[in-house]
Amino acid sequence: MEILEIYPKLTTIFHDVFSDDSIVLRPDLSAKDVDDWDSLTHIRLILTVERVFDVKFSASDIGKLKNVAELADLIRLKTN
Amino acid sequence: MTMNLFSDLSWLCRAPANFSARCRALSDSPTALGTELQALASFALNENQLNYLAKTITSARKLHADLKPLFPFRLGVLGNSTVDFIVPSIVGTAARYGIALECIKADYDQVMQEALSAESVINSAKPDAVLVAIDYRALPLRCKLGSADDAENTVRQTLGYIETVRAGLKANSKAICILQTIAPPPERLFGSLDRVLPGTLRNIIDRVNLGLGEKIFGTGDILLDVAGLAETVGLAEWHSPTEWNLAKLPFSNRYLPLYADHVVRVLSALRGKSRRVLVLDLDNTVWGGVIGDDGIEGIQCAQGDAVGEAHLSVQRFALELRARGIVLAVSSKNNDEVARSPFRHHPEMLLKEQHIAVFQANWNDKATNIRAIAQELSLGVDSMVFLDDNPVERNLVRQLLPEVAVPELPSDPALYARTLAAAGYFESVAFSDEDVKRARYYQDNARRVGLQKEAGDVDAYLASLQMEITFQPFDETGRARITQLINKSNQFNLTTKRYTEAEVASAEQDPNCFTLQIRLSDTLGDNGMISVIICRQPIASEWEVDTWLMSCRVLGRRVEQMVLREIVEHAQRRGIKKLIGFYCPTDRNKLVEEHYSKLGFSEIKREADGTTIWEFDVNTANIQAAAMVVRSIGFKLESRAQNA
Repeated sequence: MEILEIYPKLTTIFHDVFSDDSIVLRPDLSAKDVDDWDSLTHIRLILTVERVFDVKFSASDIGKLKNVAELADLIRLKTN
Repeated sequence: MTMNLFSDLSWLCRAPANFSARCRALSDSPTALGTELQALASFALNENQLNYLAKTITSARKLHADLKPLFPFRLGVLGNSTVDFIVPSIVGTAARYGIALECIKADYDQVMQEALSAESVINSAKPDAVLVAIDYRALPLRCKLGSADDAENTVRQTLGYIETVRAGLKANSKAICILQTIAPPPERLFGSLDRVLPGTLRNIIDRVNLGLGEKIFGTGDILLDVAGLAETVGLAEWHSPTEWNLAKLPFSNRYLPLYADHVVRVLSALRGKSRRVLVLDLDNTVWGGVIGDDGIEGIQCAQGDAVGEAHLSVQRFALELRARGIVLAVSSKNNDEVARSPFRHHPEMLLKEQHIAVFQANWNDKATNIRAIAQELSLGVDSMVFLDDNPVERNLVRQLLPEVAVPELPSDPALYARTLAAAGYFESVAFSDEDVKRARYYQDNARRVGLQKEAGDVDAYLASLQMEITFQPFDETGRARITQLINKSNQFNLTTKRYTEAEVASAEQDPNCFTLQIRLSDTLGDNGMISVIICRQPIASEWEVDTWLMSCRVLGRRVEQMVLREIVEHAQRRGIKKLIGFYCPTDRNKLVEEHYSKLGFSEIKREADGTTIWEFDVNTANIQAAAMVVRSIGFKLESRAQNA
């Protein structure tokens, strides 16, 4: 899957996980920019991404993620 | 993607696309908050949606909003794994069961401290119940392999540990304890030997689970069978090593909605809110086929036939439920006599009339009938479960009587009983002699109660179906199905005339024949061809309605009046003045005895054999349109002059 297809789906996931439809996804968006993006919600985010994109991440994949761009890139790698 | 019966809570309706918008709207307008929360919770929600609902409930409670008719319940949650995700899932799910749940969560891995200290978070909150979610990884279950004594000791110590927790909570908070059986991991050490060799994890966990049951049964505390749930979905699915490593999640988050539903079922049962009555549809639910059309020889409910056995499994499950005190009732669109005949005369029917407390077979809408059944049994409609293969009937009941539990069903009837069981409507925390007597108390004499006034606005429901009706003259494409309907329809069939495919084909060309094949679709799907009309023209100004039949699946949808409108429109264009209708009684078609009278025809003659003849003045016709889109296709443009 290409980055351009990933962003809209990822946006819906963010809206669902944070119960907030006003979140606009930017590549540099990270945990410090979003209320409620704590370590637990991060897990929920990752598990939802796995379910929606039908991919599996390892703990080391997840540990390295710094922002939305890196998450989208990881999804691209796993889905291609 | 196919739906998973369990993890997707397939017995619930799918969440609407505007779920988040409806959640958001809740925080703005607090009127009827509790009712709308319960309505939203009634869908199959995923973890994020449950979370959204839980947030709404929690913030509403902080503002002291009125959550009625939800009733309050306070649950302590205690565990030695991460329970942070469990809590909002349970809170959201509780609304589905009419509970405004407040959860008190202890800190991570503080099980024993919380239980034993009177001032702990849980104990000082004085909850109604405490859920003790203990994971096998936090218990000292390892011991010397092959040593019976060692294994015995380990089992005793583990049970002792859990017993101490329970005793502590009891002494300090008086709360009901909900203890969980332990879901064993799928990894085996030896293989099959694990089950029997003392000291393996599987062997120890099996014995701990058995011991837990023995200790708790009959004490008033509750055993939540998480091991059973995990086995149902598959241990390898349930346990996710990645999720455990990531955040100490005791089971895969994918099963949170299912787990939460099981927790709340127990809370609801504790408050006496379990369902008590199973209302069964008959055609294509209790047996395969339509009794009114297929007859007693034609319906499928026999051993040795896959479809028959599927429906027998529904009957068998209903009887098992009855044996544990669930009252059985029937709601069927049928003639009473016809609907009862398989119960009386079909040798392979497991269900008999004496098993049914109230037997409502009539042509009224099912919401009205379910309410009549509830009144007759002096039970609330919120104690009823309604099983029906027809999605239109299911949605009508959901819309008009939202308190009734109506499971969605898969297309394969072999899975009806399993789906009904999986939904857990009849969850109970105890079983007593009273339960056994209950079904008898309701004097199972298959009573029939009079018709009640309509339960709600059926027209509004019909409008919401966005029906589309399509009229076409007979053609080659429709020929086989037209012939099939002509030869098998018995109930909604005014004349019961049978024609061969060749005769149907000749009607296509006959200038003295006006024919209609009618299809109906709606938001729930395409019903296909549902009605057939043949009019013959004996004299220039008259049409005799030779054949008027309709599938009973679409009864009560105002199809008949739309069909008459269509006939009249074509009749007017061809200069026809009068329609002549016939009702020829058979032992199956009493349903349509008053068909023509209801449509405004006048009776002109009554024959000795009971046949009635009716006429209708085409030019003064004023038939109200029903809420559906009409498409007329394939008709030649006739002019008045041509045929007049």
